[in-house]
This record gives sequence, structure tokens and C-alpha cells, in this order.
Amino acid sequence: MTEKNTNQASDMKKKQDAQQEVDGLGRRKFIKNTGLVLGGVIGGSLFGGLITNNLKSEPASTDTNEENDGKDARIFFNRKEDFDVLKAAVERIYPEDDNGPGAIWLGVPYFIDRQLAGEFGQNGKDYMQGPFKDIHNTERYQSRLNRGDMMLEGLRAMNQVSLKKHDKRFHEIEGEQQDEILKAFEEGKEKMRGASSKSFFQLLRQMTIEGAYADPLYGGNRDMMGWKMREFPGPRPAYINDIESEEFVKQDPISLKDYQP
Amino acid sequence: MPKKLEKVDVVVVGTGWSGGVVSAELAKAGYKVVALERGEEKSTNDYIGAKDELRYMSRKYIMQDLSIETITSRTSMDETALPVRTQDEMMVGNHLGGSSVHWAGATYRYNPFEFEIRSEIEKRYGKDRIPEGSLLRDWGISYDEFEKYYDRWEKTAGISGEEDPLGAKRSSPYPNPPTVETPNLRLFKEAAKELGYHPFQISSANVTQTYENPDGEVINQCQYCSYCTHYGCDFGAKSDPIVTVIPTAQKTGNFELRTHAYARRVTYDGKKATGVIYVDMITGQEYEQPADVVVLGAFTLANTRLLLMSGIGEPYNPKTKKGVIGRNFTGQFNITFLGARGFFNDKKFNLHMGGGALGATFSDLTGEHIDNSETDFLHGGGVEIRQYGDAPINNNPVPKGTPSWGKEWKEKSLFYANRSLNVWFTPGVLPWWHNYLDLDPTYKDAFGDPLLRVTNKYTDQDRNIAKFGIEKCKEVMEKMGADIIDVDEVPEEFDHVYNGAHYAGGVTMGTDPETSAVNTYLQMWDAENLFVVGASAMPHFGDRHPTATVGALAYRAAEGIEKYLKEGGGLLLKPEK
Ligand SMILES: Cc1cc2nc3c(=O)[nH]c(=O)nc-3n(C[C@H](O)[C@H](O)[C@H](O)COP(=O)(O)OP(=O)(O)OC[C@H]3O[C@@H](n4cnc5c(N)ncnc54)[C@H](O)[C@@H]3O)c2cc1C
Repeated sequence: MTEKNTNQASDMKKKQDAQQEVDGLGRRKFIKNTGLVLGGVIGGSLFGGLITNNLKSEPASTDTNEENDGKDARIFFNRKEDFDVLKAAVERIYPEDDNGPGAIWLGVPYFIDRQLAGEFGQNGKDYMQGPFKDIHNTERYQSRLNRGDMMLEGLRAMNQVSLKKHDKRFHEIEGEQQDEILKAFEEGKEKMRGASSKSFFQLLRQMTIEGAYADPLYGGNRDMMGWKMREFPGPRPAYINDIESEEFVKQDPISLKDYQP
Repeated sequence: MPKKLEKVDVVVVGTGWSGGVVSAELAKAGYKVVALERGEEKSTNDYIGAKDELRYMSRKYIMQDLSIETITSRTSMDETALPVRTQDEMMVGNHLGGSSVHWAGATYRYNPFEFEIRSEIEKRYGKDRIPEGSLLRDWGISYDEFEKYYDRWEKTAGISGEEDPLGAKRSSPYPNPPTVETPNLRLFKEAAKELGYHPFQISSANVTQTYENPDGEVINQCQYCSYCTHYGCDFGAKSDPIVTVIPTAQKTGNFELRTHAYARRVTYDGKKATGVIYVDMITGQEYEQPADVVVLGAFTLANTRLLLMSGIGEPYNPKTKKGVIGRNFTGQFNITFLGARGFFNDKKFNLHMGGGALGATFSDLTGEHIDNSETDFLHGGGVEIRQYGDAPINNNPVPKGTPSWGKEWKEKSLFYANRSLNVWFTPGVLPWWHNYLDLDPTYKDAFGDPLLRVTNKYTDQDRNIAKFGIEKCKEVMEKMGADIIDVDEVPEEFDHVYNGAHYAGGVTMGTDPETSAVNTYLQMWDAENLFVVGASAMPHFGDRHPTATVGALAYRAAEGIEKYLKEGGGLLLKPEK
């Protein structure tokens, strides 16, 4: 806990440094390098983007609430129990460790909640017409369930397995016991309705990683900690001055909130 | 009943490199051109600040909406094909510029070998090396005849490159200098040189300096910002139709762009195409657009499907091996782009920086240069390293044996995020009688029309060439000094995942109407005013990325169409059999 708080303080400082760098040196160099200003061929759009970016420097979120519960609420998950199972599962997939926070702290459960409530969860741009001839196919998406329903079915199936095996709900059992159940689903060994347990697990894993690393505007990757752990600097205008460097160039991240015109 | 519109000179379906080049050239020549694009109108403005990995790379925001149309897929004729349902399994472009906007921009000319592949194999290795069941044949045009179209397209696109030391003759150098040589690319090149290969920088549509093309369009300088493949460019610095040929067409005053215009049929009177029927997706109104010349540039899959639905050309029948529409389908799928991944414990690379086409390669093992006399496969491939600029959701390599989630996975994926390099092989793909396209008997699109059905399976040729490529990549990676090297496994069978839009055939070019649908101007044998442009015309898949050839083919087709209109009709080339 204390360690995390110290991290956060130093992160705030780093964030300010990063912002200064973007506002100052980085961008000026960038404009110079493109040769666009002199040539007069600059697209209004491009230039506009740069100017706006210079003016924008919003302070970072200072929310220190452990689970983001104070700020967020569920859209997709009606039952708290389903959400509790989800939280426990994503934290096992992306756990807190010496590198930094895990999925819960990063806001992954809320990220998943929002994604499932929208186009992705409803398979809005996917082909969902029948006939559905092979709904338990493990290699191709052939389920008639959309992702939202697949997630609910899968989480409830995991909870059922837990109740049967341990007489406790999934989020109440030990981490290793949770891992065993997750592994059985990953390998497609457990039965669930409407899809293979393997497909469900893949969806859960994929969305956990997305929630850890997508731009914070989607509700995960809180304080860009997902990016910081892997030294990813977020959306930046240009690397043309750094890309030939022999050394690894470490930059603190900025997010779309800072970048977008 | 569709509402009939006034006739125009040329109607073009699709606005990628194929449709875009043809539109620009004919509008410049003074013809009235209407382009139909099923997606939205897009410009650089739409992509400013669009550096969102989740939306563009994971959710494929600018790719085809499969709820309207997809394909079905199976490996052999006795199976029931299943639909390719999710965007995770399908990459085809949508919107103005198509895939030609979200492409990566690695640009290669095909070697002379590809154009005369059958003759070359027979000459080099004897007639009996042509595998039974393959539909290998020459393209009907030689590299030397085709070179000027490459040259033209490279100038339009401002391709930035250096000469391949083993490359074929060029009439002029690349219009722009090559991309930067980063430490990881240098490592690859040094290793390749030590092994006796001839590495060079991949030529690139990430343009390396502010450039004005022959049509007066300006392409900006690439910033290596890394949001490139799968994205539209933030800076107008990746060459694509929306910064080149589309504005060129628009400036002429002869060009009308209709977006949200979904083409469903080519109308046909038994001899000639008479126009295109399309739906305005905003109003739902159906229109018929008559024209003197109809051009399809809707990409391999849609080009083939539109012809099958319109009853133009004889559909290919794998049982009799007769017919041409749907024949010679090939693609670079999960058995291609395999190789070796190296993990470096003490080295860190700036892998989050990059550009779609930033990379290095060598041609020593391509079909042109390899010696197939002792190999258990034909053809060859390129060996490549790329530096796309890795974003975190989609790039989490860990050494084999690491669990795919949990504590150990997190630890290793973070550690290796900037410490892992990949070298892969891009083999040529041969056409087989059993790999083809037709209409699905069961599944329908949003309008109630049958989906296109792909039947595609692997042969020993595919598995053997993949094995060879992986071995060669591993040797390079060893020389590069990786601490851990994992090699890819050769998949037994096609996984029905359509990545990267490297699919070809279905409406192939040639000299014999028995085996080809179009001549080398991409003019249909069965409808002289219908030109079908794109990778659909390629009789097999060459061992490099396809798009320079697609762009060059479009210039050749445009030349043919102009000739056709000027001469008042007729086949531009007569069948040779
Ligand atoms: C992620 C990715 C990376 C790639 N990277 C490379 C690379 O590095 N190098 C390389 O050589 N190639 C690459 N490619 C392949 C390249 O994108 C294609 O070869 C090229 O774009 C094909 O151009 P085209 O004009 O034929 O088709 P497209 O650019 O796809 O254009 C077809 C157009 O037709 C429209 N259309 C389709 N059907 C209809 C209809 N019924 N009615 C109206 N309009 C319709 C589409 O919306 C689209 O705009 C890549 C592809 C992808 C997906």
C-alpha cells in the first residue's frame, strides 16, 4: 500500500515532466523536422493538431481509491455476484506483483463492463446470422451467443464449478483454487452452455489484457500504470529524433486526453 | 426496381489503390468517372489524433462491417463451410481508400520469375517438376513489359527505398531515400551479411521526406510514430489513395465520389456490362448506374463475388476443372509469415517506435534466386524483420513454455516487451485445383445475397516451404545473438483466419480464356468493357507483399481502358489459344 502511494507521487512528478517535454522540445523539434512550416505545404489539420496539443495539459487523475469503486459503477453486469467473479478472475490473469498493480487496481473489471455494454459485447460488426452449426467450435467463433452473453455464461459456469468443488463461490476460494478452475476453462475441459469454455476463457484473457493496456479513456489502465510497467509512452507525435538511438529511450506516458486535438 | 441514373463514361467500384488509380487516370484523361464506395468518406482529418490501439488494431474500426457481408470458409469440397464471423478473423478494408489506407506500406516489386513462373520452373528444373494438381501458369506479361507500371506507381506513392542488391532492372531509382536504419535492423543486416546474404532496407510507403508526386499531391514526412498498420496516418505521411489518387481525381472536375454506395450487381446484356446496381446505405434507395466502361476494384473477394452474382464469366468448377471465375485462389495465411523469435536478456530495443514498413530484408532465398533442384518444394520467399512500433495490447511475446496468463506471464511479458525480435519468411504460394472461390449455398448477406465461399487447404508444398523458411530465420536469429530462440510451428491446416488482406486470384489474368478471366489489361474476355482490377488478377501469390503489383496493375488497366475508349471498343489483346 505505502509502496503504491510513493509510486503514485513520483508518477505525478514524472507525468509533469513528460508533459513539459511534449509541450516544449519534442514538438518544436518535430515541426522543424518535417520541413512543413517552411515549405508551406502543411495541412491545416496537422498544424491544428499540434497547436491544440500545446494548449492542453490537464492534470492527471488523483483518484487513489483502491478499486475505483467510488468513481465507477456497472453498466452491463446487473448482478454484483457476476462482477465479483469477474474481478477475482481478471486479477488472477493479471495479478498485482512487484512490477505494479494488477487488473482490479487498473480498472479492468469496469473496462470489461463498458466494452460488453457496447458494440463489441453485442458483436455489432460481426456476422451473427444462422444457421449456427458448430457452437462449441474451439478454433473459430461459431457460438450464437454474443460476447456479453458468452461472458455471463462463462463466469456463472466458473462459479458453479467452484460451488460444486469447494462449496464456496469463485471469488471466495483461494487463488490457487481459482487458477485450477481457470486452467480447466482455458483447456476447454469444463462444460458451459452455448460456447466452448476455451472460447470463453480466450475472451476473458483478451479483454483483461485490453483493459490493462488500452488508453485510459476506456476506463482501464488507470493512471497509465499498465503502460508504465512496460515503459510504453502512449500516443506520441514523433519518434524521428529518437528512433536511431542505441540506448533505450525511456519516456513517461501521455494518453489520448493529452494528445488529441 | 432500382432508380436508373444518367449514363457516365466510367463507373468504378472501390476506392483503394485499384479503384483510385483507375479513377484518377481516366478523370485526368477527360472521362466522366463515378466511383462507388460502400464505406464512409474519409480524409486525413479523420485520422488526426487517432492513436488508439484498442479501436483501430483490436476492434478494426476501419475494416469491413461483417454484419453486412462476410465470407464462409472450409478446407475441402466435402465439408460444409462455416461463416467467418468476427472481425478478429477477417481483415478487409472499408471506407474511402479501403485496405490501401490501413496497410503497412512494405513495398516490393515482384521478381521476373513470378511473371513467367511456369516457363521458368520448366526451364530451370524440367517439366516434371510442375506438381500434379497445381494450376501454375505464366501471367501473360513479362517483368520487362510490366516495369514501367511499377515505376509509375512508385512515383505516385513516393516510395522510399534503396535498391535490392539482387533486384531486377529498374528504369529509375526510388523517388525517395530509404527509411532509417535502427539498431535492431542493423543487427539483422549484420547477421544476414555474415551468413552471405544481401540485406537491404525494405522499400516503404512511409515517405521519408516531404514529397510532391507527379500529379502534384504532397505526402508528408513519416515521423515513425508507430500508429501505422491498421490505422489511417495521423500526418498524411503514409502513402495511400486519400492523399494521392483520390484528390488527383477530384481536382479534374470529372470525378464524382459516392460513398455509402454498396454495389450488388454488374448489369450485363450477355456481351457487355451495362452498369452497376448499388444501394445507398443512408437512404436505402437502390440505383442503377449505367456506364460505357465498368471497373471493379473492390478487392479479391468482392471482385469475384460480384461477377458470380452477376452471372458474368463461367464459374470455376473444381470437379471438371473448367471455368474461370473463382479459379486460382491463393493467399498468405497462417502457414506464411512464420519464422523465429529471439529474446534478448541484456539488450533493450526501442520497439514502441516505428512505422508500418520500417524493416530490412534480403532476396537471396526468393523464387528468383533460390535453387529448387534439391528442395522438397518449389519457389522461395523473402526473409524480413519489421519494426512496426509495438503497442501493448497486441504485442506480448514470451518464451515458449511460459503460461499464457498469471504471475509468470505478467513478469515475462513485461520484461521482454522491449527485448524481443522476430524474423519471418514470406513464401510464394502456388495455386491448386482444389483451392477456389464460389457462392455459399446457405449463408446470406444483409441483402439476402449468397456469401462468397472460400475452399482452401494446405499441401506438402506449403508445409515444406514453411519448414525451410523457419529454419533459415532461425539461423539468422542465432547470428543475431538472441539468448532464447523460439521457432514457429508449421500448422497442419488452414485456420480460416483472414489476416493482412494478402489474398489473390478468382479473376486471373492470362492469355487463354480457358484458364484466365481477363487479359493482361484486366479486360474481361467475356465482357470487353468490364475491367477487373486488383490482386484478383494474380494467378499465384508471389513471394513478396502484393500491393506494388496491385498499384502497377491498376496503371496498366487504366492505360487499357483509355485505349479502349479511344478506339471505340474491342478486345485490346486477342486470346492466344
Ligand atoms: C493490416 C494490413 C496491412 C497490410 N500491409 C501491407 C504491406 O505492408 N504491403 C503490401 O504490399 N500490402 C499490404 N496489405 C495489403 C493491401 O492492403 C492490399 O493489397 C491493397 O490495399 C489492395 O488494394 P485494392 O484497391 O485492390 O483493395 P482495397 O484497398 O481493399 O479497396 C477495395 C475497396 O472496395 C470497396 N468495396 C468492396 N466491396 C464493395 C462493394 N460491394 N461496393 C462498393 N465498394 C466496395 C471497399 O470498401 C474498399 O474501399 C495490408 C493489408 C492489411 C489489412
